[in-house]
Amino acid sequence: MNERVVRILSEAFPQLIEKFVTVTIPLTAMSFALALVIAVIVAMIQYAHVKVLTPICRIYIWIIRCTPLLVQLYLVFYGLPSLGILLDAYPTAVLVFGINEGAYMAESMRGALEAVPAGQLEAGYCVSMSYLSTMWHVILPQAFRTAFPALSNSLISMVKGTSLASVITVTEMFRQAIVINGRYYESLALYSEVAVVYLAFCSILTLIQRWGEKKLGAYGGTR
Amino acid sequence: MLEVKGVCKTFDKTTEVLKGIDLKINKGDVTAILGPSGSGKTTLLRCINFLEHADAGTMIFDGQTYDMHSISRGDIAKIRRKTAFVFQNYNLFLNKTVLQNVTLGLISGRKMPKGEAEDAAVRALTRVGMADKLSSYPQQLSGGQQQRVAIARGLAANPEIIYFDEPTSALDPELIGEVLNVMRRLADEGMTMLVVTHEMEFARNVSSQVLFMDRGSVIEAAPSREFFSNPKEERTRSFIRSILTKGGTEHAEN
Ligand SMILES: Nc1ncnc2c1ncn2[C@@H]1O[C@H](COP(=O)(O)OP(=O)(O)O)[C@@H](O)[C@H]1O
Ligand SMILES: [Mg+2]
Repeated sequence: MNERVVRILSEAFPQLIEKFVTVTIPLTAMSFALALVIAVIVAMIQYAHVKVLTPICRIYIWIIRCTPLLVQLYLVFYGLPSLGILLDAYPTAVLVFGINEGAYMAESMRGALEAVPAGQLEAGYCVSMSYLSTMWHVILPQAFRTAFPALSNSLISMVKGTSLASVITVTEMFRQAIVINGRYYESLALYSEVAVVYLAFCSILTLIQRWGEKKLGAYGGTR
Repeated sequence: MLEVKGVCKTFDKTTEVLKGIDLKINKGDVTAILGPSGSGKTTLLRCINFLEHADAGTMIFDGQTYDMHSISRGDIAKIRRKTAFVFQNYNLFLNKTVLQNVTLGLISGRKMPKGEAEDAAVRALTRVGMADKLSSYPQQLSGGQQQRVAIARGLAANPEIIYFDEPTSALDPELIGEVLNVMRRLADEGMTMLVVTHEMEFARNVSSQVLFMDRGSVIEAAPSREFFSNPKEERTRSFIRSILTKGGTEHAEN
């Protein structure tokens, strides 16, 4: 590496980190929160076989999982305005990422809910607990534990996925790298640098996941 | 205090599991339900506690009459508040400690203040000899200990009747005695109990009446002494014979 590249990289680094911290992370956090809310609601509707809503949830999951995220972003950001629906880039990104990952996470949650033994709910009924109360205190906590690895997976995937927001003009870390590269034409070095930041952050998340899984383990370990 | 008449249940439109069951229980009775596997005993208990929706049947509970097919959610909740159910496989809340398993229903189901619920829970757990395991999780306990906690969970709310569905069938033989002892003590204290069991010794010496079920019908119902000394029906006689010759069901525990 020559001196010029080193200088460009060290100049770019704080700018990339700044965008990562101020845009990528909050965008991920908000999208993930939205996805989680959607996932829990959609999974619970299917778990309870709520009439009318269950088929709607299936259609939602079907459409979202069977169309590309990039196309969804374009549709909402560039397509909807012709219907008079105009959203800023950032809210569009949160909405699309949330709705998109929500479909995958809903499937993880549904699987985890169905893995909770049916007797848990019946035991709740038999001690005079309501459906919702048993869901809240007994079924959902157990399901979250089961779904934890899959949900962690979704979170990690979302961190990287936010780079797609660059195509709808959100200046998150990756778009910042593109902008800097426009000045210096050091694609290999700059995009490697970006990759390393994603790699480092997602590695930390992976470690947290490991730690979390160990911490959650089986309730009180096994005998 | 509890009477059901004409309980019918058919699964999948074709499998007729209960063909008009009648059953009467007075306060303080310990009623044992015997019968071969698949005869509908579990389904009957589940219908009586509305975990399964009976196709037909009348229930008289505490002098109130209910249609078991069209009973309202409110009435189901009202009846359940006076009953407890002990499952064959315990069904303790896996994410809750022993203490929480007992308090959860009191606090979130019956709106009892937390302190009061914990006092009641510790009292109930003491009665089943599990007060030294308050902060253990179900999976850290033996089957017998889990079942005793499950009994305490039911007891804590002062039910008028406790339903047991083969409470010892999932247990290793050496753990059956501790659960039967708890049940025997409850019976001695006057608890009204309806117990599906294969424990002949319990049915003979602890229960006051015995109901023999086969293929969805009550074949014979009698005071337990009479039931064992002088069974009237041939099917009952051959069932008793088959159970006794199989042996191993007589777990001496005193
Ligand atoms: N949910 C269900 N769906 C279909 N068949 C069932 C269901 N529950 C029980 N059965 C059938 O009903 C019959 C009686 O079952 P059960 O009440 O569990 O008998 P027992 O407890 O006396 O062994 C069995 O043949 C069983 O296969
Ligand atoms: Mg059974």
